[in-house]
Amino acid sequence: MSRSTSGGARSGRRAVVLGRTPAGRMPRFGGAAVLLCAPFALLLLGTVLAPVAYALYLSLFTERLSGLGFSGPSRAFVALGNYADVVTDPDFLHGVGNVALYAVVQVPLMLGGALVVALLIDSAVARLKQVWLLAVFLPYAVPGVIAGLIWGYLYSPDIGPISAVAPIDPLGANGILPSVVNIATWQWMGYNMIIFYTALRTVPRELLEAARVDGAGPMRTALSVKLPSIRPTLFVGLVFTIIGALQLFTEPLVLQSFTGAVTSTWTPSLYVYDSAFVAGDYGRAAAASVLLGLVSAVLSAVVMRISARRSR
Amino acid sequence: MSASTTVNATSAVGGPPGRSGRRGGREPSPWTSRTVVHAMLGIAALYSVLPLVWLVTSSTKSLGDFSTTSAFEFADWNLPANLRALFSEADGVFLAWARNSVLYAGVGAVLGALICTACGYAVAKLDFPGRRTLFAVTLTGVLVPTTALALPLYLMASEFRLVDTFWAVFLPLLTNPFGVYLARVYAEAAVPDEVLEAARIDGSGELKTFFRVALPMMRPGFVTIILFQFVQIWNNFFLPLVMLTDPRLFPLSLGLYQWSTRVSQFPQYNPLVITGSLLAVFPIIVAFLVLQRQWRSGLTAGSVK
Repeated sequence: MSRSTSGGARSGRRAVVLGRTPAGRMPRFGGAAVLLCAPFALLLLGTVLAPVAYALYLSLFTERLSGLGFSGPSRAFVALGNYADVVTDPDFLHGVGNVALYAVVQVPLMLGGALVVALLIDSAVARLKQVWLLAVFLPYAVPGVIAGLIWGYLYSPDIGPISAVAPIDPLGANGILPSVVNIATWQWMGYNMIIFYTALRTVPRELLEAARVDGAGPMRTALSVKLPSIRPTLFVGLVFTIIGALQLFTEPLVLQSFTGAVTSTWTPSLYVYDSAFVAGDYGRAAAASVLLGLVSAVLSAVVMRISARRSR
Repeated sequence: MSASTTVNATSAVGGPPGRSGRRGGREPSPWTSRTVVHAMLGIAALYSVLPLVWLVTSSTKSLGDFSTTSAFEFADWNLPANLRALFSEADGVFLAWARNSVLYAGVGAVLGALICTACGYAVAKLDFPGRRTLFAVTLTGVLVPTTALALPLYLMASEFRLVDTFWAVFLPLLTNPFGVYLARVYAEAAVPDEVLEAARIDGSGELKTFFRVALPMMRPGFVTIILFQFVQIWNNFFLPLVMLTDPRLFPLSLGLYQWSTRVSQFPQYNPLVITGSLLAVFPIIVAFLVLQRQWRSGLTAGSVK
């Protein structure tokens, strides 16, 4: 194998010596490039493209028990019937509503908190910057399941201190949404804070100095100079947080061990899981998966387009 | 642009600058005094760290003390007994989970990053038929969220009788389209064409050039991709949850989750879940402390660049 590649390289070397071809910027190295790309291309095909195609296909069919059920289920084409079922299913809509409400609260809260902490650490008076950075970043090291478990215990009456002081039961029907918001905020605030802080460090120091010379106080500098400078980073953080919110799954699932307030279809992702593995309705689960993926993909595409335009 | 206009507008109103940054005319905002800044930072730090402190104190308690003593105080030192119970539960299944996590996330991240870097390098630096198509499809792959893939992956795996195997979790998590995107950026920035041409003139094969010349030049980017992918795999829960039923194949998070579903019926699982969580988090936190610089540059590379 390596012998044939070095042979290919020798012919490539000739191409280099002869100079660049007018058609392509680079000499052609088919063999080596195929070897370098093949593992990823195969993975992409097998674990992304094929599943997407399969989900699209499955979402158009439903399994029906034929006759008396002796011959097992048969697959029947229902066109967009599964999609219609999903978007008219009150359970699904309830999950969408939960996630929408969650996003409306969690996204500004978490990003706002991250931004405030980043600005505080970036401010001229702050000391021990590394200590604050590390302390707030630490929860990012905790996987979602374990974050859910820790907070689940902290919310539990008799074990954690929170239910004693909170105005509403954190594991009750009304308290569960704020509780999930809090877990996600705890987990992701430090991560976003580090990203915002790094962006703040790239604001030209001369600009800040100019603002200071011109008499802007630290608050004014933060709001009028620093914030506009990192607006693109804030926007990227915003869209990624919204996409993360759409996929909300792990934390509510873990909390199910602590409370009955999280239903089995509490978020769209839980709905997919429940449809597939509890109800066994793969067509409906695939349709819900496709819808979920589609909304996330559109949002990601928007953010990629915007950041590509920015870097140009 | 808008920043500089704001500054100019301020300068028209403002007086001469004061040495300390405070200036005559207007009082500095109370929100930016040193005390207030540090008080707010202290609150943020406590919010972030206290739940982990709770995890440490609770790991040292017996089941009885766990529900009777206050959350953040130490009771009788019961950590050794908890650890013994943890490691002996179900024939030491916890150690198997730890090993699996290292395999899925550790080996997966290194191997996955190598695969992505090779592809990203080839897309950036070699001309071959289908190069543009491959990159366009890769970008599409970035858009597909992993949660939406888990169900079709499970159904495909069941067609191929791969459900409940190591590979059903390991292989999908190797795929990291965003890593290819990053690797292409790094290759373009860090590997000059002249160096590659020099290597070719010296008679180095293309694969050898990648491993001996390009990969070392891309090392900071390569490490970044490893770290990204490690966190991604470590945090992925949906895929192992749907793929695996044999506890011997579980990663730590899935195993701890399974134990946690039993605590309401069997309270004796509480110390196991808590001590196990501590052990699962501990190595990552140590890695964060040791690799602080790499983490930070790595995590921010994707978002700020």
